[in-house]
Amino acid sequence: MTSTGHVMGPASVGRMPVESIFPRLEALLPKVQKPIQYVGGELNSTVKDWDTTDVRWALMYPDAYEVGLPNQGVAILYEILNELPATLAERTYAVWPDLEALMRAEGVPQFTVDAHRPVRAFDVLGLSFSTELGYTNMLTALDLAGIPLLAADRGEDDPIVLAGGHAAFNPEPVAEFLDAAVLGDGEQIAIAISEVIREWKSEGKPGGRDELLMRLAESGGVYIPKFYDVDYHPDGRIKRVAPNRADVPWRVHKHTVMDLDEWPYPKKPLVPLAETVHERFSVEIFRGCTRGCRFCQAGMITRPVRERSITTIGAMVENGIKESGFNEVGLLSLSSADHSEIGEVAKGLADQYEGTNTSLSLPSTRVDAFNIDLANEFSRNGRRSGLTFAPEGGSERLRKVINKMVTEEDLIRTVTAAYSQGWRQVKLYFMCGLPTETDEDVLGIADLAKKVIKAGREASGSRDIRCTVSIGGFVPKPHTPFQWAGQADHETVDRRLKALRESFRSDREYSRAIGFRYHDGKPSIVEGMLSRGDRRIGAVIRNVWEDGARFDGWSEHFSYERWMAAAAKAGVDVDWYTVREREENEVLPWDHLDAGLDREWLWQDWQEAVNGGEVEDCRWTPCYDCGVCPTMGTEIQIGPTGKKLLPLTVV
Amino acid sequence: MQRLRVRYAKRGRLRFTSHRDISRAVERAVRRADIPVAYSAGFSPHPKISYAGAAPTGVASEAEYLEIGVTTPCDPQQVRTDLDGSLPPGLDVLDVVEAGPGALADRLEVSEWEVRLRDADRDLAVTAVEKFLAAGTVEVERLMKKGPRRFDAREAVLRLTVPEGAEGTEGTAAQVAGQSCVILRMVVRHMTPAVRPDDVLTGLRLVADFAPPVPPEVTRLAQGPLDDSTGALADPLDLDRETTRGGEAGPAGEHDVG
Ligand code: SF4
Repeated sequence: MTSTGHVMGPASVGRMPVESIFPRLEALLPKVQKPIQYVGGELNSTVKDWDTTDVRWALMYPDAYEVGLPNQGVAILYEILNELPATLAERTYAVWPDLEALMRAEGVPQFTVDAHRPVRAFDVLGLSFSTELGYTNMLTALDLAGIPLLAADRGEDDPIVLAGGHAAFNPEPVAEFLDAAVLGDGEQIAIAISEVIREWKSEGKPGGRDELLMRLAESGGVYIPKFYDVDYHPDGRIKRVAPNRADVPWRVHKHTVMDLDEWPYPKKPLVPLAETVHERFSVEIFRGCTRGCRFCQAGMITRPVRERSITTIGAMVENGIKESGFNEVGLLSLSSADHSEIGEVAKGLADQYEGTNTSLSLPSTRVDAFNIDLANEFSRNGRRSGLTFAPEGGSERLRKVINKMVTEEDLIRTVTAAYSQGWRQVKLYFMCGLPTETDEDVLGIADLAKKVIKAGREASGSRDIRCTVSIGGFVPKPHTPFQWAGQADHETVDRRLKALRESFRSDREYSRAIGFRYHDGKPSIVEGMLSRGDRRIGAVIRNVWEDGARFDGWSEHFSYERWMAAAAKAGVDVDWYTVREREENEVLPWDHLDAGLDREWLWQDWQEAVNGGEVEDCRWTPCYDCGVCPTMGTEIQIGPTGKKLLPLTVV
Repeated sequence: MQRLRVRYAKRGRLRFTSHRDISRAVERAVRRADIPVAYSAGFSPHPKISYAGAAPTGVASEAEYLEIGVTTPCDPQQVRTDLDGSLPPGLDVLDVVEAGPGALADRLEVSEWEVRLRDADRDLAVTAVEKFLAAGTVEVERLMKKGPRRFDAREAVLRLTVPEGAEGTEGTAAQVAGQSCVILRMVVRHMTPAVRPDDVLTGLRLVADFAPPVPPEVTRLAQGPLDDSTGALADPLDLDRETTRGGEAGPAGEHDVG
């Protein structure tokens, strides 16, 4: 049903009535695992009338329901879009292979869980990519929906396939599958896109799909990959990325919501029936982070810091608990202990909810005494089980390279305080494969862990304490100072991890008190190729998907060999994309996408990293001109407001 | 501590909830509804909510039961309204009474089930049911947690019919207009191991080679004690209503069906 040359009047652009596919799905559900994840019906979910709305979004988190449902980004957009009177939003998730096979056999299309409408009937399919490992799941969804995989093959009856989320800051590897991508905070731009679509539809869809995409592109706030051409040097490097038609801007900018107090979402949190990975009500207490950890893409692309005020946080928590019935509240952000009034927030909430069996959690891995005070506040009545700290690098030198300003002394002092205050378990988080890393840096992790146990035994006077070391593989990411770095090959990473494991095992005094968790280095290579890939990686993704790749974020589904075979088939040299260090002037695939960071500042920071130079946090020291605020017209928004949380009126 | 006995239904697409899904949903609903639920003591306190033998995942039910312990006395009718309003549609609270003496589980002696068989042949079903009822025992096998187990599916079945022209209970399972289906009704005694409707279907296949073409849609219609004189199922909460009505002057106990 692609467009057929002849012109259709606005009135005649009718579609088949959109019916629920549920009766057909229902017959398949007794045959699959955890059928509840496909039926919807969650508390606070919304089903709007199809015919009285004119812009319709299918929002997809391209992973299993249990991971996708708690995702804040999708939940917020779902609520905001459904609040618009003539706009409708429903959710869709990746279906597991057991249901996929049945759907293919029975001809049941990809559906939304809200009203079980076929995804192809919507105006927009908006995908939120937290990681690149969801790309293959997108292809499954498109294929099941009956939407052509390639944007170029889509017609008037297909939705606009639009990507957002952190991975969308380099959407080039999936450029040929996407009609559009959006960078940054979604709240305002989703509303703006809805308006553009509404206008275009009410005018009778002039100029068809291309004109709609053109209208979106012109604003400079939506990236339309097909309006840009990429030229290459003979050696494979990118020569230039340029718009291929007039009025398409050279660069596309990210979106930043200022004043989070004006956007207090979620107001009506989705409460799943199925078990999900986070069973709690989450409030983002601020966005952005300017600590300047050089490996952290999230910190770089979400600048500057914008806090939600203590009063709004308090109101959101009260409302969220009431609306959901959750008994756990998470105060989310990239480093929650950094909120300017977190001490008051913690104390105020702990007071308000004392005795109500409501637990509070705060993801923070800051290595300092204050962080323990917060944890103590949040565990007033509960058990002091585990605390997590993230020194990230095993040696002082390496921590300078990544700009994680934690000394060994800081760490020992902090864990000593934790153990002496009754905490029994400390978790330490590190990375392996960091730029300039040596074998000694990684072995330094073992030394640190042993010192931690030694200090803990002395402080607690007990041998019944534990320390768990968790190691993640480092992947260089776009829009960070490490975007030029050569990624460590997986042999090196595996060798270092093996040596570290041996060092733990061989130690009689400490080995039983130390737990060690790590993954092998191969998945990081695939992630690295996708993170810093260009449009030529699209063929690899397509090949691997055709070969059966699904759910690549799940170790039981991921196959490194399958990815390597797909790359070989596409003629892609994986090393060139991963372990190769880039030169200053090489055009990077995402250079035309503007996260606000000044490229020269990033390069300088990369040079300083190699020399062990540190940067401070611009919240508490003068601005060092990373570029974000002037380019984006934003500013740091932090407290303190001096306000306090009052006791709840009804408890 | 006052204890409240709750009868609830799991309907439509929410019949795919597992027992764990339901218990999470109920705990949250109790909190949303501000019901003063009692908690167990200890490091990880649990709300005092207990469940009587839940219908399996995928099976709808009009008669599931749970019991809530509360710290301050509550009006059962108010709890019924509040709890129902706090649960997602499809998990519907039908009745709440204050618990009288005696364990609820002891009163749940039998279940009445309805099984809808889409596109099945009614004559074959009738023959199969006749053969099944005529048999002294019907050994079936089911995969349990500890492996396959053989047991008799016949003795527990007190009644098994194929009502003519029955439409089935509204809103319980997928009901597509114009689709022909055969309905089985059965009253089954609770025993160990439990004989479930699918065991009876297995039995029908064994005695008469009767096999429905698509997965059956099963609904539990009622649970309760068996009235020996009439052979009918009684409402297990009636006993509680009688005690509380006689025992105290409070408003609890007025009960409207419906
Ligand atoms: S521009 Fe300056 S103030 Fe703004 S985030 Fe960058 S360093 Fe901080």
